[in-house]
Amino acid sequence: MKVTENDVAYVADLANLELTEQERIAMLRDLNSILDHIDVLNELDTSDVPPMAQVSDRFGGGDSRQGSERFFYANREDVVEGLRKSLPHDTALANAPDADEDFFTVPKVIER
Amino acid sequence: MDLTSLTIDAARTAVQERTTTAFALAEACYARIQKEDGQIGAFLTLSKDRALEQADRIDRMAAEGKTLPPLGGVPVGIKDVMSTRGVRTTAGSKSLSSYIPPYDCTAVARMEAAGAVVLGKMNCDEFAMGSSNENSAFHPVRNPRDLSRVPGGSSGGSAAAVAAHMAVATLGSDTGGSIRQPASFCGVVGLMPTYGRVSRYGLIAFASSLDHIGPLTRTVKDAAIILGAIAGRDPMDATSADVPVPDYLTALDKPVRGMKLGVAKEYFAEGLDDEVRHAVETAIDKLKSLGCEIVPVSLPHTRYAIPTYYLIATAEASANLARYDGVRYSRRAQGVRTLSEMYRRSRDEGFGAEVKRRIMLGTYALSAGYYDAYYLKAQRVRTLLARDFEKAFTKVDAIVTPTSPTAAFRLGEKWNDPLSMYLADIYTVTADLAGIPGISIPCGETKDKLPIGLQILGKHFDESAILQLGHAYEQATTHQSA
Repeated sequence: MKVTENDVAYVADLANLELTEQERIAMLRDLNSILDHIDVLNELDTSDVPPMAQVSDRFGGGDSRQGSERFFYANREDVVEGLRKSLPHDTALANAPDADEDFFTVPKVIER
Repeated sequence: MDLTSLTIDAARTAVQERTTTAFALAEACYARIQKEDGQIGAFLTLSKDRALEQADRIDRMAAEGKTLPPLGGVPVGIKDVMSTRGVRTTAGSKSLSSYIPPYDCTAVARMEAAGAVVLGKMNCDEFAMGSSNENSAFHPVRNPRDLSRVPGGSSGGSAAAVAAHMAVATLGSDTGGSIRQPASFCGVVGLMPTYGRVSRYGLIAFASSLDHIGPLTRTVKDAAIILGAIAGRDPMDATSADVPVPDYLTALDKPVRGMKLGVAKEYFAEGLDDEVRHAVETAIDKLKSLGCEIVPVSLPHTRYAIPTYYLIATAEASANLARYDGVRYSRRAQGVRTLSEMYRRSRDEGFGAEVKRRIMLGTYALSAGYYDAYYLKAQRVRTLLARDFEKAFTKVDAIVTPTSPTAAFRLGEKWNDPLSMYLADIYTVTADLAGIPGISIPCGETKDKLPIGLQILGKHFDESAILQLGHAYEQATTHQSA
């Protein structure tokens, strides 16, 4: 067993998921079964292989560019409403479960 | 003339020449939806007002003798992971069951600018996570070819609607095979373009480095027409490629004689159903008879593709789904006292089992102490997989494989075994990981009359080659979706 009950509780906490007792048991079983299968990746020696974080690494400029310069094609002038007009305030609040005229409202953030 | 069985060209021409109207086409589809969709479940929301307004606009253009744009009057469906302004968009999830987007997905806007009539939103696996459309929070979709079976997923509704003539074409999304596999199971054409070919702006994100938008259609030519309408750089999506969009239609009729097709032994090994193998091998023979040269290739890291995919996709999903917190637009739990309780209970109520499973796996793979062993490792293996294709493509123009190891399985058959469901994606996930384009076209049936799909994979931005090959095969056989 790779994943323990404590791991499941910890990860659920990180992910802001509230799992029932039954869900925890099923999750333990499923995660272990999947991770067992994933173990096969350890057969490969990848010590010299660069990670591929983004497919479009290939599309930006030449190989000579470094860092964020490789994504020069994705840059634009830092202008307010440069790409399009911002959403009107009321439109942005329209799907809110709870809002006043200005803000999304939520339960108390800080306990006193 | 059966209005619901027309291809894009035939429909558009009929509207242009006024042998029918866009209105009549839309109404014919809605009548069919009314009649059939109770059993199939392909649609989640119908957008009649929007559809009929657009139809009216197109009909007026035709009446004034103006040339209609390429999709003028063509009734289409949009997978419910693409935002449509003013029309409910759910991503197949309870967390968004009342979400009304304030903007349009770029691909949808481009379809409408090209004259398409959006009939409604297609059912799908929740947040595009699934291979059977059984994970929709609303209801499953049934395969029109056999109602006891799945249509495939996650674009099950999109594939079923085209197969059942409820729409001429649909847009779907593909992250691990979700356009191609349902196309294969339902007997229609499904095209996944190169990553970055079509803007992802307005696509509700599952895995940002793997998500693609693409068409499901009756013919390869229809897929080419739609690709031409939706492809191209979009400043709203920084990952959309600044690569010119060719005229996909001119390439279509070019003879395929002399093209080199790779056949990879790893895609014809154990686990492949005999009937599928036979149909695909026969299809490859057909392409050979058209003058293609068959070249054996090897994609040696294929067996590592599923574990790689399920680490990268779930990790990215865990980040992308963090926004469904009940604050701004997603479902909020009632009766909560603290912010923390609100987050947890809202997400618990909003997400189904598969979504939770993937968020958990992804979060685990990214967590301190495990990041290197899982996520980073998977990213390195991803490079190896991409290199396999790069090497193969120095020798061949395209690679032909089965789309799926089996034909459509029964509803409920793989439901309790997530791993078995994941393993069914083996032939499709590799293209998503490498960012290359792939198309699935019908190439036969099992003895139970279930459709079988042939997959053609191409080089980055070489959709023309796979469309050309698909079109040639389709024209030379009778497997075109009815």
